[in-house]
Amino acid sequence: MFMSPLIELKNISKHFPGVQALDDISLEIASGEIHGLLGENGAGKSTLIKILAGAHRPDGGTIELDGQPVHIENPHKAQELGIVTIYQEFNLVPQLTIAENVFIGREPRRGIFMSWGQMAAQTRALTDRLGIPLDPMTLVRDLSVAEQQMVEIARALSMKSRLIIMDEPTSALSEKEVVQLFKIMRDLREQGLSMIFITHRLEEVMETCDRITVLRDGQNAGKANVSDVTVQDIIRMMVGRPVDDLYRGEHSRPTGGETVLEVRNLRRKINRYDPHAIVLHDVSLKVRRGEILGIAGLVGAGRTEIARVIFGADPIESGEIVIEGQEAQIRSPQDAIRYGIGLVPEDRKQQALFLALAVRENMSIAALPDLLMPGGFIRAREESQLIDEYQRMLNIRMASPEQHVSNLSGGNQQKVVIARWMALQPKLLIVDEPTRGIDVGAKAEVHALLHDMAAKGIAIIMISSELPEILGMSDRIVTVREGRVTGVVNREDADEETLMKLMTLGAIAEPVE
Amino acid sequence: MAEATTRPTTTPPRQSFDAAKVIGQFAPLLFLIALVIFFTLQNERFLSPLNVFNILRQVSITGVIALGMTFVILTGGIDLSVGSVLAISGMVAAIVFKGTNQNTLSLDTTEAVGLGLGTAAVAALVVGTLVGLIQGLVITKMGIPAFVVTLGGLTIWRGATLILSNGGPISGFTEDYRYWGQGIIELPFLTPERGLPIGIPIPVIIFLGFALLVHIVLRYTQYGRHIYAVGGNPEAARLSGLNVQLLTISVYVIVGFFSGLAGFMLSARLNSSEAVAGMGYELTVIAAVVIGGTSLFGGEGGISGTVIGALLIGVLINGLALLNVQSYVQQIIVGVIIILAVAFDRFIKSRQQT
Repeated sequence: MFMSPLIELKNISKHFPGVQALDDISLEIASGEIHGLLGENGAGKSTLIKILAGAHRPDGGTIELDGQPVHIENPHKAQELGIVTIYQEFNLVPQLTIAENVFIGREPRRGIFMSWGQMAAQTRALTDRLGIPLDPMTLVRDLSVAEQQMVEIARALSMKSRLIIMDEPTSALSEKEVVQLFKIMRDLREQGLSMIFITHRLEEVMETCDRITVLRDGQNAGKANVSDVTVQDIIRMMVGRPVDDLYRGEHSRPTGGETVLEVRNLRRKINRYDPHAIVLHDVSLKVRRGEILGIAGLVGAGRTEIARVIFGADPIESGEIVIEGQEAQIRSPQDAIRYGIGLVPEDRKQQALFLALAVRENMSIAALPDLLMPGGFIRAREESQLIDEYQRMLNIRMASPEQHVSNLSGGNQQKVVIARWMALQPKLLIVDEPTRGIDVGAKAEVHALLHDMAAKGIAIIMISSELPEILGMSDRIVTVREGRVTGVVNREDADEETLMKLMTLGAIAEPVE
Repeated sequence: MAEATTRPTTTPPRQSFDAAKVIGQFAPLLFLIALVIFFTLQNERFLSPLNVFNILRQVSITGVIALGMTFVILTGGIDLSVGSVLAISGMVAAIVFKGTNQNTLSLDTTEAVGLGLGTAAVAALVVGTLVGLIQGLVITKMGIPAFVVTLGGLTIWRGATLILSNGGPISGFTEDYRYWGQGIIELPFLTPERGLPIGIPIPVIIFLGFALLVHIVLRYTQYGRHIYAVGGNPEAARLSGLNVQLLTISVYVIVGFFSGLAGFMLSARLNSSEAVAGMGYELTVIAAVVIGGTSLFGGEGGISGTVIGALLIGVLINGLALLNVQSYVQQIIVGVIIILAVAFDRFIKSRQQT
């Protein structure tokens, strides 16, 4: 089916001090294919794409483009060869326009001046090719995440690229935006472009990719035509063992425990400095002891904002928060913690971790007040015991408590953040996208952990963009849309279709003008 | 979970990085030792007790401020006003001590009718601390960058000092006042050099004593942890329940306190509070902290590095003077060394991250 290989990597290896990151890896991308590059975190995907992008140089092996050996010494050379990488963190300048971002460093000129007209026209041509209506003169900071991604793709196209590498492009998108992205990817494939698609969501692989290459521990763990394999087969290649069920769906918990948290008519304060901030209208919900309450909604529906106002991270305008029957005054995260609430935020690196510090400091930060002797000194031995205990309980893979948390895999980092709150023995734990960007094995462990906590009587609010996760984990599900609660569904009555309807068309309490 | 609990601490990832990490931690110290060896080989008087205590005495005043500056920079902040805060604190101490703001150039102390040495010293500390509190409040409550607020402070407190003293110095203190800048604790087992008894200067004892104290605070207390957390990731610190505003204010209070202390020490050492005292000290102080490996972005570094950084600058200036290097050339060399020291630190750290 794929006659001409565009690029072929043969026997690539790469060694970092202490780690064999890649060991004899082969990868072949055909012209006009979408190739899935899969593997758990730490399997070597990032190293491999950095080699293709010219950011790392391999220790051994060859790369052939159109059958000719090439050396990708630096990112500039990669661009020259038509290889463009779109990273998870975009390389855009928020203060500049779309057109400037697309042509940054390569601005069309007239004499010594930039030719705005030409730049805008060329940008318009690119966005038309992508089928998205964007004004080239809009500032990038005013765009949604999905739109910014389109700008990245437009820039890739403007460089006459032949291979676009997309590192988890869907992780920050809503389902609708994902559908649009996939359509664009298929169009580009029709136009003869090749793409490497990296994702943790295997359904997406089944939907879009032609072929896959799976890495495990820096080695090739399998290649296949997508039409020949099932999701279970891919998981087996990734983890090296069969995983029967992604979600440990046993619910032996007693239902009907007393209400831990009740939120009534919550409104989030409008931020006059941020016109894009999501407004919450009269949000009400309840969570019981030992219950996992799922919050489902599209990106931008206000899920995260609900979590943040309950936790005191954003100010509320009106409404009540009632904890165990008593009205609570929560004005800051400190207040929320005093009431026994913890928050695992959606963006681990930006909002939860101290990347320059060790596992020790990261894990014990919230629990320190219980570990003090007079004068504010930390009881080192008790702290070590605490870390030891949670390391074992959560099976956190680390060299020592003094290891920098930045050197842990995503899954282990997330466990450190969860341990931080478990150490406080909260009544209510809010987890926002608890398994975003972590590998399949760690995901199952995090799910098991949440079930265990619920079984111990902790109330859990879980926000997730992944409907299977919401359906597999929650006892009840609250759907939100445009800052309003549009439905509360019991687990037995919920399926993807019902939820999707509530999330996209859900009844809105206020009359529509 | 059963199998999980049976195997703690498996798969130690990237452990061999520790060697580079150790070198990284001690990079400024190695640099300092290399300089000491170099200067000693050039001139054996360099390591004589008299010269060693001289160097220590020279660095102790900026060193004291650098202790406070370490807290500020660890939170990702900066304080450019320290030299001016030093001046106003020293001036207030002198006025309180002498009971007048008459400019005196005479060293005659007989007419002192002030409030006594204790009150004068406390006044200097209070002034420094208050100035720090004001600046900290403006930075946090009004959301103005520390760079701007303390840049304003740099000229405001200098101006206030000049007004207080009518532009001139206030000089001539009693011996017990001067003791805090000039005194030594004699070490009788050392032979006097050039007729002078050898001993540990009081400012050095103050500097190293406070260095030990704040080192312990940063390393072993909750407050210290919180400082690193706020500098490393303020949003994560807030969401972990830390009072980020209060912590931020506190570091400016601390640097203010130490600037006040340094003001008193300098006034005692010179036997005079000068309105122009401490000009340009902010750069020396920041250089000491940065050479010591504390990141200007916050969250990384510590007191041991700062002490080494301060010593490094002192050793360099003293050593170059002993070699009769022209003072203009000295400045160039000091600047180059500052950049080299930080470049070396960055290089080691980037090696760790790959």
